Amino acid sequence: MAEKSTKKEKTPRQPMPEQAPEARRRNFEEVPLGYSAETAMTEAQRCLQCKNPACVKGCPVSVDIRSFVGLVAEGKFSDAIHKIWEKNSLPAVCGRVCPQEIQCEGECVLGKKGEPLAIGNLERFVADYERTQGSGELPPKAEPTGKKVAVVGSGPSGLTVAGDLLLKGHEVTLFEAFHKTGGVLVYGIPEFRLPKDIVASEIASLEKQGMKIDCDAVVGKTVTLDEIFEDGFDAVYIGVGAGLPRFLDIPGENLINIYSANEYLTRANLMKGYRFPEYDTPIAMGKNVVVLGAGNVAMDSARTAMRLGADSVRIVYRRSRDEMPARAAEIHHAEEEGIEMYLLTNPLRFDGDEKGRVTRMECIQMELGEPDESGRRRPVPIEGAEFTMDCDLVVVAVGAGANPVLTQSDPEIALTRRGYIIADEETGKTTKPGVWAGGDIVTGQATVILAMGAGRSAADSIHKYLTWGW
Amino acid sequence: MFKIVDRKEMADGSIIMNQIEAPRIVAKAKPGQFVILKANETGERVPLTISDLDAEKGTIEVIYMVVGKSTAMFKALDVGDAYQDVIGPLGKPTDIEKLGHVVCVGGGTGIAVLFPITRGFKNAGNQVTSIIGARTKDLLILEDKMKGVSDKLRVCTDDGSYGTKGFVTDALKDVLENSRVDLVVAIGPVPMMKFVSALTREYDVRTLVSLNPIMIDGTGMCGCCRVTVGDETKFACVDGPEFDGHLVDFDGLIQRLRAYEEQEKEAYDNYCATMGNQ
Ligand SMILES: Cc1cc2nc3c(=O)[nH]c(=O)nc-3n(C[C@H](O)[C@H](O)[C@H](O)COP(=O)(O)OP(=O)(O)OC[C@H]3O[C@@H](n4cnc5c(N)ncnc54)[C@H](O)[C@@H]3O)c2cc1C
Ligand SMILES: Cc1cc2nc3c(=O)[nH]c(=O)nc-3n(C[C@H](O)[C@H](O)[C@H](O)COP(=O)(O)OP(=O)(O)OC[C@H]3O[C@@H](n4cnc5c(N)ncnc54)[C@H](O)[C@@H]3O)c2cc1C
Ligand code: SF4
Ligand code: FES
Repeated sequence: MAEKSTKKEKTPRQPMPEQAPEARRRNFEEVPLGYSAETAMTEAQRCLQCKNPACVKGCPVSVDIRSFVGLVAEGKFSDAIHKIWEKNSLPAVCGRVCPQEIQCEGECVLGKKGEPLAIGNLERFVADYERTQGSGELPPKAEPTGKKVAVVGSGPSGLTVAGDLLLKGHEVTLFEAFHKTGGVLVYGIPEFRLPKDIVASEIASLEKQGMKIDCDAVVGKTVTLDEIFEDGFDAVYIGVGAGLPRFLDIPGENLINIYSANEYLTRANLMKGYRFPEYDTPIAMGKNVVVLGAGNVAMDSARTAMRLGADSVRIVYRRSRDEMPARAAEIHHAEEEGIEMYLLTNPLRFDGDEKGRVTRMECIQMELGEPDESGRRRPVPIEGAEFTMDCDLVVVAVGAGANPVLTQSDPEIALTRRGYIIADEETGKTTKPGVWAGGDIVTGQATVILAMGAGRSAADSIHKYLTWGW
Repeated sequence: MFKIVDRKEMADGSIIMNQIEAPRIVAKAKPGQFVILKANETGERVPLTISDLDAEKGTIEVIYMVVGKSTAMFKALDVGDAYQDVIGPLGKPTDIEKLGHVVCVGGGTGIAVLFPITRGFKNAGNQVTSIIGARTKDLLILEDKMKGVSDKLRVCTDDGSYGTKGFVTDALKDVLENSRVDLVVAIGPVPMMKFVSALTREYDVRTLVSLNPIMIDGTGMCGCCRVTVGDETKFACVDGPEFDGHLVDFDGLIQRLRAYEEQEKEAYDNYCATMGNQ
């Protein structure tokens, strides 16, 4: 046993092959290229198959990581995907966008002495293998129950609910406000990080299982929740995300070429502005770009701007590197692509030219002071440390809030002070009978996997309700 | 898909009317609201006001001026063709109530936006005076429909080819001088709304304008449509499109409408060139 484990420790973590930074910073193709079957097996064989696997505890939906990795190690890729599907219906997405370093990989015992197992890369490999070379065999579906469920919002949370309930034999219709399904996976996260045909293929397989799609349906405007019930639906799940952009409320913010990240990324991704004029929606091509914020949204905006031909892209963040909320891999990728980090820097105002286009940002250097209520050391301005940056495009990526379009249309749904839906933590039940909610509209902007986890619990609860009436 | 069931060209073909099958929107639409239309997969999302509807046929009507590539593509759609997407009704409906004397001022295609609102105020029991204008006689639209929902209708053209020669603001000043006015609703080109608002401020008469900033989603998710109203930033798609004309920063709106002028020109020129070659 001891011999075996030393042998395993000798195999290093298998690196993910990637497009070289100089090439990829100007194209929209995916950055990581994926493991080969051989590399995947080599990596999977590093797993210690722990009796009491720590990784699983780090996974918000408790994927049976040890078992699926064991199957990969043996080359049983189809069995591996079925093992993952037991808990996670969108592994091709999660393998690419989950913050593994603070979840499963953060807990993996291999990480104590060396490098943790590359669980995300393996998950991605298994899902991609299934999609491109697998049997296409769908999980078995229960007998039709005759019950109808409406899922509002087609992001990861809604898709999870839809997938689970279809398998349990219910009829599912997805209502989506945009002209295309996928939520943030389509309008927010760029092609070079999550290719859109992957999301499309996940949605297509739900359609094969009978899911109906109703796009261009802004619930609260086009139809109300009560009308959905009148149409014969037995239950409704709300997964409308946290799509309300926040601005900084500083002078000059309405100048031309200052975008919210939502607008910038929607123009680029959903409307395919990066392919203008083949696609009709234009997007500003900045040469000197400033992105405010340091989460995944900011990294995505910065890297998109670089790909649209910027000479310089600067991330401006008022806290320090340790507090940057983005996935480690995204920060690393961004820096490799030549994106500069201006940390402990706070914007004060914007100035523009005679046409109203932004030309300059004034900011101030900060330093870390006492810890604030979140436990992070509060950045405080250094007196007299103002300076300016020239810029012709600014993307504000400082967070998002709850969009009130749906929630304000139905007074029976109770909201928090900040406008998020109040839902039972375990079941996702809202204060309106027959209505569940989950994902970002309950938690505020979080992660794909948490939105999916909430969807899974709600689907269980909806299934119970449809079966037994509570 | 949303089928076009009727189509008319107005103002020498520079303004087009479409009736579009959209029963779900018909059931909900109120005066002052708009829809977003997308012609095809590669198209833009274009906001247009619902200028009328037919509840029995389940159709909405939009009237638009051909000003760039997207509207030129819309113009190429015939009866029987369809828009890929029509989304709505969006925006807040006009706050229609009985106030007394309401003056509705419309310019250019703005008259199409103004019509359902005028009808709403008329049906609510107000005395309605309407003032509509265009550059020249051939560009004037909806005169008969506006007449049908107004107690009095005044028509102006800039060149005097029809009605009174002059701007709508001249006629409005005359009305303000000679009668008590409880509300002015002004819809048209941004400079027109700006001048009307400046005029009514002198008379201290509340004034509603309908703003048309560039939009993407139309549901409050992007902030592209932000306008400055008083000291606040508002999203026109969800907080409007109607606002108090005395508080709107019209110059800011005019600037933001020009954000993409180079790209718009490139797209339109390309489109015209391709169409020309066919
Ligand atoms: C740019 C960006 C990058 C991100 N990167 C990561 C990452 O790397 N890793 C990670 O884990 N998380 C990431 N996140 C966060 C993650 O994407 C979200 O937490 C997750 O998508 C939330 O899922 P959801 O299903 O709750 O909502 P969403 O994905 O937001 O989907 C909601 C859907 O509901 C629709 N909708 C809204 N209102 C209505 C209505 N009234 N009627 C009908 N439909 C409506 C919306 O159009 C949308 O399609 C990122 C987010 C963004 C914006
Ligand atoms: C809520 C709302 C309701 C509207 N209702 C109507 C309507 O009922 N009838 C109608 O004809 N138009 C209406 N508009 C304006 C219409 O959306 C634009 O004219 C259209 O988007 C132009 O698209 P395009 O590609 O053809 O022109 P573009 O190439 O995009 O633009 C050509 C020219 O039109 C101007 N322009 C671009 N976008 C707008 C805009 N949103 N508003 C005004 N000018 C613009 C540009 O500055 C440019 O000079 C409305 C706009 C909004 C926001
Ligand atoms: S903690 Fe690491 S080594 Fe242990 S089972 Fe999980 S992945 Fe394998
Ligand atoms: S158009 Fe996006 S917020 Fe108004």
